[in-house]
Amino acid sequence: MELLKAHPALGRLLDSIGTSAVHSAKFDRDELTIWVDKALIREACAILRDDPDCPFNYLADLTCVDWYPSEPRFEVVYHLLSIPKKERVRLKVRLDGSSPAIESVTSVWPSANFYEREVFDLFGVRFTGHPNLKRIMMPDDWEGHPLRRDYPVEGYR
Amino acid sequence: MPTNPATMVQSDLDRTLTLNMGPQHPSTHGVLRLVLEIDGETIVRLRPEIGYLHTGIEKTCEAKFYQQVVPLTDRIDYLCPMTNNLTYCLAVEKLLGLEIPPKAQWMRVLMNELTRLNSHLVWLGTHAMDLGAMTVFLYCFREREDILRFFEMISGQRMMTSYFRIGGLALEPPLGFFEKVKKFADRFLGNVDEYEGLLTGNPIFLMRTKGIAKLSAEDAVALGACGPTLRASGVDIDLRRDSPYTGYENFKFNVPIQTEGDVFARYVCRVQELRESLGIVQQALAGMPEGPIKADAPKVVLPDREKMKTQMEALIYHFKIITEGFTVPAGEVYQAVESPRGEMGYYVVSDGTAKPYRVHMRGPSYANLQTLEKMCEGSLIADVIAAVGSIDVVLGDIDR
Repeated sequence: MELLKAHPALGRLLDSIGTSAVHSAKFDRDELTIWVDKALIREACAILRDDPDCPFNYLADLTCVDWYPSEPRFEVVYHLLSIPKKERVRLKVRLDGSSPAIESVTSVWPSANFYEREVFDLFGVRFTGHPNLKRIMMPDDWEGHPLRRDYPVEGYR
Repeated sequence: MPTNPATMVQSDLDRTLTLNMGPQHPSTHGVLRLVLEIDGETIVRLRPEIGYLHTGIEKTCEAKFYQQVVPLTDRIDYLCPMTNNLTYCLAVEKLLGLEIPPKAQWMRVLMNELTRLNSHLVWLGTHAMDLGAMTVFLYCFREREDILRFFEMISGQRMMTSYFRIGGLALEPPLGFFEKVKKFADRFLGNVDEYEGLLTGNPIFLMRTKGIAKLSAEDAVALGACGPTLRASGVDIDLRRDSPYTGYENFKFNVPIQTEGDVFARYVCRVQELRESLGIVQQALAGMPEGPIKADAPKVVLPDREKMKTQMEALIYHFKIITEGFTVPAGEVYQAVESPRGEMGYYVVSDGTAKPYRVHMRGPSYANLQTLEKMCEGSLIADVIAAVGSIDVVLGDIDR
């Protein structure tokens, strides 16, 4: 992590919200991944978006990975893009398996709306402060969250 | 996908009316459903309801070997199958650290640009038809048919091509293929002039598109628009130029930018892209290198049919790849590609086994659909049709 501080995104995050909020970082296959504390994700996103040197102004993707049965079970993944600087960074937040919830980033990027609804629908991760947290792909009365690893591929019969 | 339509939009004003557009509506380009809250003819609120085409492709991927996912990717954005193949293959190749030979890379660029022509032609034809210009549709589909014949020639399939494989291409291009593409490329510029002659100066078309469904650059970025929708609002971004993949750095092309951000600006952007893509096709044809079309990685790439039938070693590799797949080093990759509709991203996570742990597709249509509400606020019902056509959504890409 010491070596990676030169990267604009990681340096900015460490300066602004401190080392306690940034758990770890890795640089693999030309892609930077930063693990951010669950409580500070919205703040971290806002800092990166408003960074004067390298503004990560575009949320390219938001998704989730389920590491069932290990704990912490869920990893919410944010892919950010800086349109002026052509830089990319990946933020990750680990969440426990029992009633996973995280603050919504819709106030930072309105585009997070659909992505967060999709993660809520398919993984059952709740986003607090989301304006319209409803299922988006599955019917409203669907039971379970299909993209969880303990959900059978062929569905429940 | 809500089960009870009546509970979906709670209208707070007595004078507004809730109107359903779709999912079976000829101008929604698939099973898109828009719930419109209208005050007379004016849109007060618009809410896209999706999920009618959700087939759980991401879940299916987790149960397949890496090479078995390629045909699934065709079916996501069915108007640009090769772009989907390419994005997935690039992501897995990045995980594997594979080196792709130059001929395969140039072929990928060539086919990818033909795919862009194909996709833009479908868009242009249907968009013009939505706005009442029937003729353009027939003209566009005439050229699209030629491109689909090329796809059939090269892969055996018109739409679900699966032509790009992990490590290279499925087959050598057949004899006479390049000559046919060249003949097509030589006359296509004239065809684009034809389409433009029918639309660009057409007063009816102009009235239906100019100043309609405007989107500012700030809104476009904040709402996550991508591709021509973003470029028509004045944001200068094209992944082919900004973060080149599969050898795009060897090609010269311009990125058309418009600043008005209305339906007409998106039309101009895409029509200019037709010309630019054609330029790339011609460069690819002129400079096509010789050499192998598959990477030298016998544990990942299937051997040639001939070798498989004559050499013991090749037969063993063939058997192993088909029955057990190949393992991919643990890690994760996000690969983004400029598809005809914008940034198409594949996020592939590997846990070191022969099956992907997670595949997530970031569809450009999904991102662009979010801008629709902002575009249509306060406009007329008829303009919603123009707006939906102008962002060029493909529902397979949205619902996955």
